[in-house]
Amino acid sequence: MNSVILRVGTRYLAGLLLVFSFYMMLRGHNEPGGGFIGGLTGATGFVLYAIACGTHDARAALRVLPQTIAIWGLGIALTAGLFAALFGDDLFTGQWLFIGATEDDKGLPLSSVLVFDIGVYLVVFGSILTIVFAMEEEI
Amino acid sequence: MAGGFPKEVRGNGLTGIVPVLFAAGLFAYFVSLVPNISSNEVLRWNSAWVPSLGIDLAFLVDGLSLTFALLISGIGTLVLLYSNTYLAGHPQYARFALFLTAFMVSMLGLVLADDLILLFVFWELTTITSYMLIGFSHEGEKSRRNALQALFVTGAGGLAFLAGLILLATFAGTTSISGILTMGDELRAHALYLPILILLLAGTLTKSAQVPFHFWLPNAMAAPTPVSAFLHSATMVKAGIYVMARVHPAMSGTDVWLWTLTILGALTAVFSSLLALRQTDLKQALAYTTLMALGTLTLFLGQESGYAMTAFATFLVVHSLYKASLFLVVGCIDTATGTRETDQLGGLGRLMPITAVAAALAALSMAGFPPFLGFIGKELKYAGAIAVASEPVLVAGAALLSNALMLAVAGVVAFRPFWRGSVPSTQSPQEAPWQMWLGPILLAGLGALFGIYPDLLQVALIAPTVISLTGEVGEVKELKLWAGINVPLMLSIATFVLGLLIYAGHVRLRAFLGRAFAVLPDLDLGWDRFLDGLKAFAKWQTRIVQNGKLSSYLFATFLTIAAGLLLTLVYTGLPTIAVDLSDVEWKHASIALLTIAGAVLALFTNSRIAGIAALGVVGIGIALIFIVFSAPDVAITQLLVETLIVVLVAVVMLRLPSLPKAEFRLSHALLSVAVGASVSLILIAVVSSPLDMRLTDYFEATSWPEAFGRNIVNVILVDFRALDTFGEIAVVVIAALSAYALLRTTRKGGSS
Amino acid sequence: MEVLFAITIGVLVAASVYLMLSNHLLRFIFGLVLISNAANLTIFVAGRLTDGAPPLIPEGADAPLGDVANALPQALVLTAIVIGFGLFAFAIVLVFRAWTTLNSLTPDDMRLAEPEEAQK
Repeated sequence: MNSVILRVGTRYLAGLLLVFSFYMMLRGHNEPGGGFIGGLTGATGFVLYAIACGTHDARAALRVLPQTIAIWGLGIALTAGLFAALFGDDLFTGQWLFIGATEDDKGLPLSSVLVFDIGVYLVVFGSILTIVFAMEEEI
Repeated sequence: MAGGFPKEVRGNGLTGIVPVLFAAGLFAYFVSLVPNISSNEVLRWNSAWVPSLGIDLAFLVDGLSLTFALLISGIGTLVLLYSNTYLAGHPQYARFALFLTAFMVSMLGLVLADDLILLFVFWELTTITSYMLIGFSHEGEKSRRNALQALFVTGAGGLAFLAGLILLATFAGTTSISGILTMGDELRAHALYLPILILLLAGTLTKSAQVPFHFWLPNAMAAPTPVSAFLHSATMVKAGIYVMARVHPAMSGTDVWLWTLTILGALTAVFSSLLALRQTDLKQALAYTTLMALGTLTLFLGQESGYAMTAFATFLVVHSLYKASLFLVVGCIDTATGTRETDQLGGLGRLMPITAVAAALAALSMAGFPPFLGFIGKELKYAGAIAVASEPVLVAGAALLSNALMLAVAGVVAFRPFWRGSVPSTQSPQEAPWQMWLGPILLAGLGALFGIYPDLLQVALIAPTVISLTGEVGEVKELKLWAGINVPLMLSIATFVLGLLIYAGHVRLRAFLGRAFAVLPDLDLGWDRFLDGLKAFAKWQTRIVQNGKLSSYLFATFLTIAAGLLLTLVYTGLPTIAVDLSDVEWKHASIALLTIAGAVLALFTNSRIAGIAALGVVGIGIALIFIVFSAPDVAITQLLVETLIVVLVAVVMLRLPSLPKAEFRLSHALLSVAVGASVSLILIAVVSSPLDMRLTDYFEATSWPEAFGRNIVNVILVDFRALDTFGEIAVVVIAALSAYALLRTTRKGGSS
Repeated sequence: MEVLFAITIGVLVAASVYLMLSNHLLRFIFGLVLISNAANLTIFVAGRLTDGAPPLIPEGADAPLGDVANALPQALVLTAIVIGFGLFAFAIVLVFRAWTTLNSLTPDDMRLAEPEEAQK
């Protein structure tokens, strides 16, 4: 895997996939996508990067340990679920805030559901990278 | 314990004193209830426990349960006091006191419970705590084995007992004991009467160690002596007696009841008093006389006459008093001299005067001499025996023989060691400290007191107990020392003569009995054989069922799945399969073919790379199915996961050896086809039946108006079923971390 | 149409069962992947197959217009795929670990905990 073209190309492709994965996650509530798909896409980008440039570089680019990301994701998803309790709803009930809502337009929607989906994204992303990096290094 | 009494009797501090005070408090409380019970009141205490099943925490105090409660808490107090010195400084005394107190409380719960399920809970608690107590010296293998034997025998009986209680509750429609006792006539006429009786008796007879389950009780002597005193005088073994007495009003009066209890009771009484005479170990001899007492009590419970019931109640008290006393005396002798063998004991009377007095009082009561309570008990036994309508000669004969033997044993245990021979020069016994002679002398003294003033006991306990047993006031017979010259008195005199003769010749008789009993099957040895056989069977079936081969486990699992699915299909009738393939388009057929081709390739290939490629083909085929049938989210996920699987497999495969050539196994092939076919059939049956769309309709209708999402699949995932999704991502994290840990230890272990 | 895929699933299951019985861990893993795919497909097919639109609600509407695919099995299958991947990753690591430690891929040879001699 010592091709310069592959390495350079992958670097851009990985970045592109990462951006695309965010997009997939954010649009997930209304179009095909969501945390699972986003997380898988983002992880695929980094897996490609690790194959092309080695896991050392990939870890450096990620900066954070992947298992830390996964645990954080779980924590964020749980927090989003518990958030509903503050408003007296059942756990994991979605809480919505529409910024600048008018009669016809709902404005910018912020919701605990989106936070939950971000948690899912991070869990999938972090878990896959945990396994793949470890495999690449240990095997 | 062979080193004599502890020099400085300081007990065990608070752990020693608190249980004694606790037990004494309970005893005082029960004493305070005596006036209520004597005036024929019945005290109840109720609280809902499992309301949905109609099970209550119901307690009831009447004559029968109060008699037991007084014996348990009173003897419990004295035994705890005794133990505090007997086991002074024992490193595990706290544990001992806890077990003993817990046992006492469970026993109290048992006799006070007024609910079948509650009764059973306490019943099992006594089994478990007595197991702990018998096996208290758990360093000894014999001790462990004997504790386990007691646990198994009484535990197995307990299971039967539970079944009997459940049948009883099913019959009555209630678990309230006092409720069931009012239905005696219906119960006796009911078809379930016999099964209930057999199951209940299986529990009570094992617990009370009646022939042929008697072998565990003498072995239970592995326990420290105070435990033996407690378990074998007032409690454990009397739990079975108590339950038989409790159900007596509802279940007695049939021929089965009469003959089962009479025959087993008489057999146990005579057989075990012969065994008792055979023993040279004082404690073992006492253990067998306990069996004799239990047999006698069972014998009387078989009857219905007022005499028999009065005899039962009286003998219950008599026996508890003298037996606890004698066991504690044996403990004193054992501690003072270091032995319990009759042949090595003698002349202790002058050195241990107080113990000797206690022993003498208890033994006279046991032997049935006037003016002790034992005499009254014996007279009543004879009166009760004569009142037996059907076979008075048999019952009276059994009573006469066992009483005479009892007298002889009393002489051997409590007379000979103190007043015959001289102290062997190897021993230097001293008098026991007051904590250890107080119990025996109090209990034995009560036997004398009640003998001289029988009215005390009569009014307070015996009359209410008999009323509990018969339900009628007029049935109570009077306790009298002198009842005139009658048949019971004649029989008493015959007992004395016969008993003294047996005592005089007991050494020769013992040798004879030793030879005679050698002919009988040894149930204790049989027990060991039985256990060995059970273990061998367990080992044999483990070797077959759990042979450690993954393929056979999987084979069994898949066989079960196939059999389960196919049998269900056959049982419910095969679905009317409308094989309607008219709507199949070429694209559907080609995707299905592609998927099947991938699976078949994965099945037959011997190449790793081809296998991976084949799996990829299957994955892509399935992703195509998702695309064709409008599941874009699922299809994207499937494709991404397929990509990652190929990456992982490629990484790992490079380091693993190539596949060996597969051998064809016909049995595996047949099973695979069966599982596959059953899954297909079930699925066809599912899709031919109407689909419940309520959930989907709900999600479709509320996805946008309530959850503000246009992608219904995603809304289900992150909103409607977010808790599920949370659980699922937690699984993903755990799988990742586990895989990570496995990989990391590979390097650290350096085993590769 | 469902019948066609029910048969496809049957073939997948049969192939995976045979592979899992084969007493070789790599083939076992192949079988595991296949059976997990077959299970996902079973859930999907049991929720009926439609050529209708994906379960999306168009702009301006409160509910999907016309015939759409059943969303519920899709949601179930989606998470099942990801979990299946986690399981697969763990299994393959376990196989690798077994190979490095015991130097065998035949489960019947792995008798460290229960040596065959001891049972005789």
